[in-house]
Amino acid sequence: MAETEIEFDTAGITKKFMYVNRKAPYGTIYALEVLEAVLISAAFEQHACIVFIDDGVYQIKKGQNTDAVNMKNFSKTYGIIAMEKEDADEDEDMDMVWRIIVEKESMEARGLTADDFVIDVEVIASTELAAIMAEQEIVISG
Amino acid sequence: MKFGILVNEGPFTHQASDSAYHFVKAAIEKGHQVMRVFFYYDGVYNANKLSAPQSDDRNLVKMWGELGSEHNVDLVVCIAAALRRGIVEDNLADGFRISGLGQLTEVGIAADRLVVFGD
Repeated sequence: MAETEIEFDTAGITKKFMYVNRKAPYGTIYALEVLEAVLISAAFEQHACIVFIDDGVYQIKKGQNTDAVNMKNFSKTYGIIAMEKEDADEDEDMDMVWRIIVEKESMEARGLTADDFVIDVEVIASTELAAIMAEQEIVISG
Repeated sequence: MKFGILVNEGPFTHQASDSAYHFVKAAIEKGHQVMRVFFYYDGVYNANKLSAPQSDDRNLVKMWGELGSEHNVDLVVCIAAALRRGIVEDNLADGFRISGLGQLTEVGIAADRLVVFGD
């Protein structure tokens, strides 16, 4: 690359990131590209809430079959988020808390339960979720 | 204040990139620092040198590049999003550079505020 990489000093800073997934997994690219952003961010050991709301709850629905639409089924990749969360939970030296949250109203409106998802989630009502959102320092949505 | 900016849409279908541009310009004029503008999703199209809007229309690709060079703003295009959309070094507009998604997380940590423009 022609130009020099610019780096900022982020050592020792831990912030609260929230990633808000609002859209169905296929039909637009937002779900896939938010997922990529979340996975890369893990290396920075920041706090993160990964939230599924509206049609975004379909992103982690079990049993996706994308053959007919010829799209890559990336639902298994959410398992990596769950693994990152587990690693952070188990490592006492790591100051990194990840939460995976599904908004209750969005889930129920679509006839889903917590058992329908490919990863373990916290189901949280919208009023409480709003309070959690207000505590965040960086909110990225797609 | 130190700002990070995230631009999530291309220069034509949505107003997001225009709004981000005006925000960055105004912030700098007010004496704030814009540490980095990160272009993600279709936002990477803001760095397509081959883009040729009609002459009586604004040219955001050029405008971003000029703003970046003039005020030393780091304009970063996400490599993963760029490659799948055909934005590579060969057609990267002046003033931009291509780098990884980590640059987004990094500016989120380093800046006082990350302001997101897009749907």
